Amino acid sequence: MLLIHCPYCDETLPEVEFTYAGQAHVVRAADPSSQTDAEWENFLFIRSNPKGPHYERWRHLHGCGRFFNAVRDTVSDRFLTTYKAGAPRPDLSSLQGDRT
Amino acid sequence: MRSCRVPGRGRVDASRPVGFTFDGRRYQGAAGDTVASALLANGVHLMGRSFKYHRPRGPVSAGSEEPNALVGTRRGPGRFEPNTRATVQEIWEGLEVTSQNRFPSLRFDVSAVNDAGYMLFSAGFYYKTFMWPRGFWDKVYEPFIRRAAGLGVSPTEEDPDTYASRNLHCDVLIVGAGPAGLAAARAAAVEGLRVVLVDENAEAGGTLLSEPQVRIDGRPAWDWLADELAALKGLGVRIMTRTTAIGYYHQNMVGLCEKLTDHLAQLPADTPRERLWRVRARWVVLAQGAIEKPLVFNGNDRPGVMLAGAAQTYLNRYGVRVGDRPVVLTSHDSAWYAAFDLQGAGARVQAIVDTRPSVREDLLHEARALGILVKLGHTATATSGRLRVKSLRVNPVQGGQVGSPVTIACDAVLMSGGWTPSLHLFSHTQGKLAWDEAQTTFLPAETREDCVIAGAGRGLWGVQAALEDGAARGREVAAALGKDSAAQAPRVQGDRTGTGVTQIELPTDLNAGRAKAFVDYQNDVTAKDLRLAVREGMHSIEHVKRYTTNGMATDQGKLSNINGLNIAADALGRPQPQVGLTTFRPPYTPTTFGALANYHRGDHFELTRKTPIDAWAEAQGAAFEPVGQWRRAWYFPRPGEDMEAAVRRECAAVRSSLGIFDASSLGKIEVIGPDAVTFMERMYTNPWAKLGVGRCRYGLLLGDDGFIRDDGVIGRLAADRFHVTTTTGGAARVLNMMEDYLQTEWPELNVWLTSTTEQWSTVALNGPNAAKLLAPLVEGVELTEDAFPHMSCAECTVAGLPARLFRVSFTGEIGFEVNVPSPMAMQLWDRLWQDGQRYGITAYGTETMHVLRAEKGYIIVGQDTDGTVTPYDAGMGWAVGKSKPDFVGKRGLARPDLVAKNRRHLVGLLTEDGSRLEEGAQIVFDPKQPVPMTMVGHVTSSYHSQAVGRPIALALVEGGQDRMGQTVHIPMPDRTIAATITGTVFVDPENTRLKIEA
Ligand SMILES: [Zn+2]
Repeated sequence: MLLIHCPYCDETLPEVEFTYAGQAHVVRAADPSSQTDAEWENFLFIRSNPKGPHYERWRHLHGCGRFFNAVRDTVSDRFLTTYKAGAPRPDLSSLQGDRT
Repeated sequence: MRSCRVPGRGRVDASRPVGFTFDGRRYQGAAGDTVASALLANGVHLMGRSFKYHRPRGPVSAGSEEPNALVGTRRGPGRFEPNTRATVQEIWEGLEVTSQNRFPSLRFDVSAVNDAGYMLFSAGFYYKTFMWPRGFWDKVYEPFIRRAAGLGVSPTEEDPDTYASRNLHCDVLIVGAGPAGLAAARAAAVEGLRVVLVDENAEAGGTLLSEPQVRIDGRPAWDWLADELAALKGLGVRIMTRTTAIGYYHQNMVGLCEKLTDHLAQLPADTPRERLWRVRARWVVLAQGAIEKPLVFNGNDRPGVMLAGAAQTYLNRYGVRVGDRPVVLTSHDSAWYAAFDLQGAGARVQAIVDTRPSVREDLLHEARALGILVKLGHTATATSGRLRVKSLRVNPVQGGQVGSPVTIACDAVLMSGGWTPSLHLFSHTQGKLAWDEAQTTFLPAETREDCVIAGAGRGLWGVQAALEDGAARGREVAAALGKDSAAQAPRVQGDRTGTGVTQIELPTDLNAGRAKAFVDYQNDVTAKDLRLAVREGMHSIEHVKRYTTNGMATDQGKLSNINGLNIAADALGRPQPQVGLTTFRPPYTPTTFGALANYHRGDHFELTRKTPIDAWAEAQGAAFEPVGQWRRAWYFPRPGEDMEAAVRRECAAVRSSLGIFDASSLGKIEVIGPDAVTFMERMYTNPWAKLGVGRCRYGLLLGDDGFIRDDGVIGRLAADRFHVTTTTGGAARVLNMMEDYLQTEWPELNVWLTSTTEQWSTVALNGPNAAKLLAPLVEGVELTEDAFPHMSCAECTVAGLPARLFRVSFTGEIGFEVNVPSPMAMQLWDRLWQDGQRYGITAYGTETMHVLRAEKGYIIVGQDTDGTVTPYDAGMGWAVGKSKPDFVGKRGLARPDLVAKNRRHLVGLLTEDGSRLEEGAQIVFDPKQPVPMTMVGHVTSSYHSQAVGRPIALALVEGGQDRMGQTVHIPMPDRTIAATITGTVFVDPENTRLKIEA
């Protein structure tokens, strides 16, 4: 079972306190009505499926309740980092994951 | 019964006899025996029948890797366990053991004809058979397989035992209390480090228990062991025996299953049978040793054929001589010591047959000194003996040529194909293995976990090497934790080390295609099956495994995986690392559901949410139904009434006078803040900006894909405060969705969301007399048509209780929903019930609620919608605020598929013959078309309507709104029902009944 760092609580806690909430940085357009069908389809359905670092959203559901973002390696399953919603995408080259 | 117990040998206490039964027959063992060792002590090798061919089988091992000796154990009513490994289960006075897979008896089994049908059951049997004509499968194969195959029978009674679970945090967890684990514990137990040492066996010691000849620090191994365990306890090391590390999960979490009572004759009070431990360790040391490999040759599964190391364990640990005239068959030095030990214990070893052309001189010398015949460079080609091995057929091999056979009479064959490091746990967390060509096995390479492997697990052989490596790994781990450990391994004398070669199936002079050379004993997979799988195109080890089922039994291939790999690699002509090893998965050994479920069973399996009115409903004799986690009153039958009669009466009461309904489970969310109205505008389809304070509105929630997610009445209590209701099952989902949008899409909005489902309880009053009952009880609002029209809401006082009063109707009658703080709900209910008697007030349940709403065409989200229904499909375009710039789902509603013609629309259906349709039934336009027919929709709701006087139904039908009055057909198994498409409102389409008369 993974240990996850909540960037709001600033604590590393067991996975059971958290829920996965899909890919991160999928932006809902400010004016959806101006989106083409292809753009809206992309927003709704098209997701990346990388082997390696993946930007994703998690929620500290059984804790502070906040949504936050994470980079997680889909091969090792490990979290490389977590950061607050709204913060910019971290640079992958600077990440090497916790060993614990 | 002859005793095979060797006086003075073993750790069992012969002075404490223990009686138990096997297939009803009474046997005597000694304290410390397992079922297997006790039966072997009585000369019994035959303990079970194999899974597929029902071949007679005896124990092949002495540990948890056992594939053959699976038995049922019973301890009185309810306490039956199938597939228990006889090699692990300790005996106690009165234990009842039964054999499995046999009919009518273990010694004579009629399904052993499967054995004769060997060719029929070859690799891929299941896949090939499924492709045969279906009738053949039903009539011939399935009954045959059902009778013939299968492991032990499942218990039929409820398990009376309790199971526990605990969390444990430690600095170092050491798995395996053999020499490597003990030395690691000693080295790591410094400066207050919390060290936990676990072992699946009844006592700690590992190989030392089977090797009493070893001297450590000048003392006999068992004396050293006893002192060392005491010393470790003195250092604060927690030693847990009968505790299996079943799984190694991310970030050094290890699951342990501790067996607490299975070895006890008397069950102690208030003690769980097993305890599941969730251990989070800063470092893990895996010291699980190695598992001996069987040799693969024709007839290698007869009772009496077992691993040489197991025979040594039975002798040295349990004081049991597994044969008087054994033959040793080996490709590894270690089995020679088994021969020497047995010879020293009074057996007459018939021969040591080694596949290697030459072996170490000292081994030959000792064999000669003991007078044991040695045959080097030999293969084994057959065994004989039905219920116990009687002879072994061996042939010399020279230059790849198999020479003339010699038959050696014997009563046991002790085999060894070398040893495989036990790396299951290491692999659970993606530990990488590296192929070691010298040892022809996989050894541990990298892992991302804070984990080290010690001893035989990384290919180091012998007690000295294990102790030294354990101490080194313990020091390494202590250093990683910032502690300085100087522990050194003790000196060992009398150590036995050795080497060997790896064999695929042994060469033979007989027809290899007829050889029953088993690789996986438990699933009856032979070398021939593996080669056939490769010939039939299975080129990956994962495919070979699934096609043959090699390694897929409850032992997870502990004995068979590496032999299977070596044979498959040979058949493919590729080196082993290119063929790969299948993935090991938790649990390491079969684990009870009881341990995994532990406290979460019975009432604690899932919580049942009850409203404050629940106890009243139960006292009234209500029938209940689960809705999400809630238990809701379904209907209130009077004596002699069935569900249909009760629902008719309840429906009639609501339509004619007054019904009372517990709607407390409705989800409630308080939306508060300066931007509350903006938030509501964006979340729900409807317009909210102009909704006045004190008014409410039916709200529809979509996903951004445009499909209906939830609905409910929403009241505006203040400019900045909304009382949102959701469906009973959707409350948590809706709140999550709202939080998601609020936190991540519109963080600039100043809004707070609070679940108030549990805080407010809701009592609904519906019927022509609803206002008459309620009006005198309400303070602060006048319940007239003008002062409090339909879709009004107010904070007021009802029956003296603080309340939020909504005038809403889910029945088409005059309706109110009174919300009061939950602790006051029963008080309100009592008062309404009392005062309502003059109107014949009738409590109704969810079934009547469903009928009444269906008569009005009100949808139930999740019943009349299925996640692909838009507001327009549901005929609720009126709820969509088209002029709003945006709301969740607005863009989705404009997607090409959602504006396409011929979408499925929600419509009413009236059957032409007046019968009631089945919910879920599929609908077609043309009943005469050939099967498979084109299905154009399905029935979503169907009830008998008391008000209409006939059954009514709601359905989703392709283009339904444009097909009013047309006939559709519902094909059922016995007939096809014709139905007419209608509107969805069956009662009072003008809503005249909602008005309160002055
Ligand atoms: Zn948090």
